[in-house]
Amino acid sequence: MLHLIDRRPSSRGRSAVNRERFLRRYKSHIQDAVKKMVGERSLADMERGGEVRVPKKDISEPSFGFGRGGDREFVLPGNREFVAGDRIERPQGGAGGGGNGNAGEGDSEDAFVFSLSREEFMQIFFDDLELPNLARTEFGRTEQKKSVRAGFAKTGVPANLAIVRTLRQSLARRIALGGSLARELLALEAEFAVAVAVGEAQRAADIYEQLERITRRRGDLPFIDEPDLRYRNRVWRPEPIARAVMFCLMDVSASMDEEKKDLAKRFFTLLYLFLTRKYGEVDLVFIRHTDDAEEVDEQTFFHDTRSGGTVVFSALDLADKIRAERYARGWNVYVAQASDGDAFGADPARSARFLREKLLPATRYYAYLELAPPHSGDHPSSLWAEYERVAEATDNLAMRRASERDQIYPVFRELFRKESQ
Amino acid sequence: MNALDSMSPISHGADWDFDLIERYDVEIGKVASEFGLDTYPNQVEIITSEQMLDAYASSGLPIGYPHWSYGKEFIRNEQAYRRGMQGLAYEIVINSSPCIAYLMEENTMATQALVIAHACYGHNSFFKGNHLFRQWTDAEAILDYLVFARRYVMECEERKGAEAVEEVLDACHALMAHGVDRYRRPAAPTLKAETARLAAREAHRERQFNDLWRTLPERNAAIRNDATECFPTEPQENILYFVEKHSPKLEPWQRELVRIVRKLAQYFDPQAQTKVMNEGWATFWHYTILNRLHEKRLVDDGFMLEMLKSHTNVIAQPAYDSKAYSGLNPYALGFALFSDLRRICERPDDEDRAWFPEIAGSDWHKTLDFAMRNFKDESFIGQYLSPRLIRDFHLFAIADHAEESELVVDSIHDERGYRRVRKLLAQQHAQDVRVPDVQVLRYERDGDRSLTLRHHRRRGRPLTEAAAQVVAHLRRLWGFAVRLETWDGETRVGDVVECAG
Repeated sequence: MLHLIDRRPSSRGRSAVNRERFLRRYKSHIQDAVKKMVGERSLADMERGGEVRVPKKDISEPSFGFGRGGDREFVLPGNREFVAGDRIERPQGGAGGGGNGNAGEGDSEDAFVFSLSREEFMQIFFDDLELPNLARTEFGRTEQKKSVRAGFAKTGVPANLAIVRTLRQSLARRIALGGSLARELLALEAEFAVAVAVGEAQRAADIYEQLERITRRRGDLPFIDEPDLRYRNRVWRPEPIARAVMFCLMDVSASMDEEKKDLAKRFFTLLYLFLTRKYGEVDLVFIRHTDDAEEVDEQTFFHDTRSGGTVVFSALDLADKIRAERYARGWNVYVAQASDGDAFGADPARSARFLREKLLPATRYYAYLELAPPHSGDHPSSLWAEYERVAEATDNLAMRRASERDQIYPVFRELFRKESQ
Repeated sequence: MNALDSMSPISHGADWDFDLIERYDVEIGKVASEFGLDTYPNQVEIITSEQMLDAYASSGLPIGYPHWSYGKEFIRNEQAYRRGMQGLAYEIVINSSPCIAYLMEENTMATQALVIAHACYGHNSFFKGNHLFRQWTDAEAILDYLVFARRYVMECEERKGAEAVEEVLDACHALMAHGVDRYRRPAAPTLKAETARLAAREAHRERQFNDLWRTLPERNAAIRNDATECFPTEPQENILYFVEKHSPKLEPWQRELVRIVRKLAQYFDPQAQTKVMNEGWATFWHYTILNRLHEKRLVDDGFMLEMLKSHTNVIAQPAYDSKAYSGLNPYALGFALFSDLRRICERPDDEDRAWFPEIAGSDWHKTLDFAMRNFKDESFIGQYLSPRLIRDFHLFAIADHAEESELVVDSIHDERGYRRVRKLLAQQHAQDVRVPDVQVLRYERDGDRSLTLRHHRRRGRPLTEAAAQVVAHLRRLWGFAVRLETWDGETRVGDVVECAG
């Protein structure tokens, strides 16, 4: 007797929990691998999954087993040329695959390699990171309202009339009110027919009058009456603002050499990946500047080269203009600026003032990454010094310095560490 | 013309549906009972390839406790499968009652029928009949036990944290091969039996009483004192059992985890000891049953061709120097052994009469049934590997001795070599070739509570480096120092692996 069960619809991914445990156990390995991948990869394919190698010795499950050495015999199939007593040179890497356990280990390598899915890669990549202040915004500011359906109402504007619902009401009312009249009519009609047949003219006339009256009353029932009307009801519900716009400002002046640009590009790539993954609705504005600023598309921003002087103010000014123009209401504004801080003359002071007075109040968070040349020590730029004063007065400006490629990721993590509020 | 000829095939083509599977099962079941196969009830579950990978990871068990090593196994299999380096098994079957077999939805009708014959009647009857399974596993209870084990492990994780549980399980897994009983432990005597035994002994002593014995000087008193101090009195080969019962530090929940792993190890042990027989038996029966269906005209020729293609793939045995070689194929060897056994019964030649006088020409049903019930791989090969099979497989034995600079061909498939090859192949499937002999030697119960293990080294074969890690794992379970000594006969050799307390 066969008991047949279709298991296909159920319990998919039963091993998911085990896989997750495996990943957790080797988290440090995986994080190292991810860090390395971030350092090595070109920007374009940052978003792929990746291969992780864990040394076999770290992953093995030890048990007592036989090592090499000692005496043993083993039986193999497929003898063609040997006779008893033949001597064979010992093959490299142990004595063939004896019939038992050893055979399965033929593929031994020095590492257990497995691939992370894109999801898992990003998960580890952005582990514990959260856009700063966004949570607070969600509950703090409810500026935006959204119109949502809320059933039907008895009052409303004609444009919102729900015709089907109204007719249903009307039908119900007509059935309810007209039912007894209809029954009366039927009875009277029968009586009328009898009266006519019997020839009682007077009685027939009376009944006919009654019939007339009732038919009129029935006709008086309105097809649509005031109480039938139903209107589609919409209410305004306050909607948290989860939309964000990220301004990416980058200095592409002559003092930004290829290496610094590369660092900046990495910083923005990380931001970009982070934003597009974490928040459904994120606008990105790319502004690059030399002595004047321009808004460019992403491709140009990352891949086009240009040179000239440095006027930071131009970029800040343009960013503020775009913000006022396009993102004035209902957006969380974030600005990330990458520069070597190599600004001259009045520009740093002017930029800092503009930042403090105009841009920062309208911004949720402002991240400034200063790309110091390697081995520059702790000698901050003029722009850094000016910004530092601004940062002391406000809490939504963060500043970091980085000089090496592999410092980018930690910097990024630090800037956007999940707020422990 | 007989009545059979009038029967028409159950189905044509590759498509299957649930009704067809049931109809095939009915017919296969009829043939199986014709041949006298005794089985547990069957439960067949249709699964996807993804679920098959899941099942791989947990050795086919429908319910398993969560552990990272299963995740690792899953990842390994999945990658091999994705890259096309490995196909998936058509089926997995587990030893339970009802006997659960998994069928993949991708299989064709012919393959499903093959799998039903193979798993639901072949393996199933082996599970029910073979003495190792009968003695050591309880097919009725395993599913309930698995449910219990999973729930218990998860509860522990909740109460004690996943890391703490993982640590215990890791340590137990390292010792899994040494958590198996090979001989029945006598049941603890009941109070009544124990009292009766003591009374009988007392009566015996009274009958034998002679005051003269008292006057003899007492010899060996010192030695006997030593003996009482040594615990355990006999070396214990089931290390996990010893840990479970005697570990000074384990908390009750940890003890229960050790027990769970030990029980599972015990459950899987017969499968490791009967791999060749089990697969051979199932392969022999799917082949025999489906051929019988074809004889009865219940399946068409296309069905048979497809079945034969799968069948020949399964029983292919590449030569040792072929790229495809990965050890002796248990399906091939097992199938050949059972088929040959049938041949010896039905059409013996002189050689068979000389080698197997007691079974040549006997009833093959009975002979095969006896073989299936009463052997394990080691004894089965030792008993039934015929010279003809040795010739067919071109088996030869290589001696790999430490003092020789080269390998030596020990024996081949010739008159002088048959018995030697057979003996060596049987030994190759023996327990002590698969698992090193490591036993609990001493537990310093009254001293520093350290535990001493003894590796009984045979023929100079050392342990792998991993031994140190296993000892470290055991140290974690034991809570005090653990030592591993290597003995060759009566002398201690090599370094002591020690993990201090």
